[in-house]
Amino acid sequence: MASATPAAPATPATPRTPVLGVARRRRGEDAIRVLLFLAALLSILTTLGILFSLLRETIAFFGEVGLWDFVSGTEWSPLFADPQFGVLPLVTGTLLVTGLALIVAVPLGLGAAIYLAEYAKPRTRRVVKPFIELLAGVPTIVFGYFALTFFTPVILNGLLGMDVPTFNALSAGLIMGFMVLPTVASVSEDAMSAVPSSLREGAFGLGANKLQVSLRVVFPAALSGIVAAIVLGVSRAIGETMIVLVAAGQQPNLTADPRESVETITTFIAATAKGDIATGSIAYKTIFAVGMTLFLMTLVMNAISIRFVRRFRQVYE
Amino acid sequence: MKSIRILAVTALSGVLAFGVAACGDDDSDTSTGGASSGGASSLSGNIKIDGSSTVFPFAQAAAEQFRGENSGVDIAVGESGTGGGFEKFCAGETDISNASRPIKDDEEAPICKKNAVEYSEVQVANDGIAIVTNKDLKIDCMTTDQLKMLWNKTSKISNYKDLDPKFPDQKVALFGAGTDSGTFDFFTDEINGEEGDTRKDYSPSEDDNVTVQGVSGDKGGMGYFGFSYYEDNADNLNLVKVDSGDGCVEPSIETIQDGSYKPLARPIFMYPAAKSLARPEVKGFMDYVLKNQQAIADAAKIVALTDEQATKAQTALTAAEG
Repeated sequence: MASATPAAPATPATPRTPVLGVARRRRGEDAIRVLLFLAALLSILTTLGILFSLLRETIAFFGEVGLWDFVSGTEWSPLFADPQFGVLPLVTGTLLVTGLALIVAVPLGLGAAIYLAEYAKPRTRRVVKPFIELLAGVPTIVFGYFALTFFTPVILNGLLGMDVPTFNALSAGLIMGFMVLPTVASVSEDAMSAVPSSLREGAFGLGANKLQVSLRVVFPAALSGIVAAIVLGVSRAIGETMIVLVAAGQQPNLTADPRESVETITTFIAATAKGDIATGSIAYKTIFAVGMTLFLMTLVMNAISIRFVRRFRQVYE
Repeated sequence: MKSIRILAVTALSGVLAFGVAACGDDDSDTSTGGASSGGASSLSGNIKIDGSSTVFPFAQAAAEQFRGENSGVDIAVGESGTGGGFEKFCAGETDISNASRPIKDDEEAPICKKNAVEYSEVQVANDGIAIVTNKDLKIDCMTTDQLKMLWNKTSKISNYKDLDPKFPDQKVALFGAGTDSGTFDFFTDEINGEEGDTRKDYSPSEDDNVTVQGVSGDKGGMGYFGFSYYEDNADNLNLVKVDSGDGCVEPSIETIQDGSYKPLARPIFMYPAAKSLARPEVKGFMDYVLKNQQAIADAAKIVALTDEQATKAQTALTAAEG
């Protein structure tokens, strides 16, 4: 906003019109405002559009398949001759892989963030942070094949001597964790760096050591940003398609065993859309129904995190 | 059950739109292309092909290659199944019907006759399915009964030694064709007795490469796909012979061509209608298919005709062209 520049009252004698206030609008200001408004509106409209397109086919789907069968069924085989529409195997598959990704991404991401925000010298930070963010730029299909052709056979089966099949949740989930890591690290590091240094100085003044300052002062102060970082990471993990499509398998499997092969919601959508299914068929509508499920899962999670942040947020002015 | 996918091979001028998934009997508008102009050859017009999903990749490859030389011809290839294809064919709706079995003399042929649709049977290629296991899973031969025991709808077999005490004590991990493919229809029909009858707890994929990766990376991996795809990956897989009662037969180009690899080998056909063959573009297409059957079969990953089969096919076609 056009706040008072200190120079303006200091030189009242200048003949120029003062830059203060709203006396005269700059030409084009309205046009810019409208454009910016449209930009904001467009993203809302896109979301509504997605919701609408999902909704239409989803409603058609539930005209043929009972909601309860969908939500509580334990067998998912919509493309077979005797189709079953229990979505649970897909949901558990998605949650299993996401959980594994978080096991990697949250501790490592937060650790990296605390190091960068509190411990690293400014120069180290300037070098290290871009490298972490570079990881976010790796195409996810590369992570997928990394999991499939390196992590599973060389690390899991070779180095660790496990006996897992080619397609398994463990490999896909852990590698997905590395994909999500930079998101968590970068966003939470920003949140920690934004904590006013007066808080740190106060704590040091009271005799706290570095670890105490980091964990008991900066961490709680940046909590809302950290939660936002994790939620962003979870959303990326839930919606990630390529890694699981390539490395986790395509067999719906109601299991909590990470060594088994699972099919996630996104895998099902991608694999099915790739085949030859007829528009309007039940298989076609199925894609939208599980897409809606995915949409609702992320929506609920975002809602929970917003409540969480509101409740525990510490505001410093 | 089988949906129809129409491949509209459009003219460069883009006259023809995609007819997506017409259902059942209302397909009359799927291939309405305007008169296309501007091809290198003098041929122009439309060819409507429908029928078996097994023949679909072959017909599609043939259409693409043919169109490379005759851009004035629009070819729409559907895959409503052999039976569904004949239904339309005998109603006079299509020019060529793709079939993975001969026409049924007692059911389908009379309908063609009633509607005065004359046709000829031309074998265009051979189809064979290879059953493979992990390189270290030493299963040399399986009987069709064992295959059915393992793959049928009610199968709960989870260890190979439950099929045969001589088989390795190894947990079963199954991979196979996705439900959209002709290979899936063929395999389930021949092995389990009914098209679509299969156990569901296997990894289905439309991408044979995924099946190869799965089988080669899982100690208990077993899968099936078109034989030509096996040839490309022979080093990483163990090929299983099949015994349908007359001893174990290993699938090979020869045993598939002569049909001794039972029951997973069969000839595949195109049935051109006599009336359509009178049109230069349909005649041109069928001549092209037989002349280039090897190249088309390679592109479609299917087993080509023997010289003898090719000669026989050419004779049948020539006779029909009159």
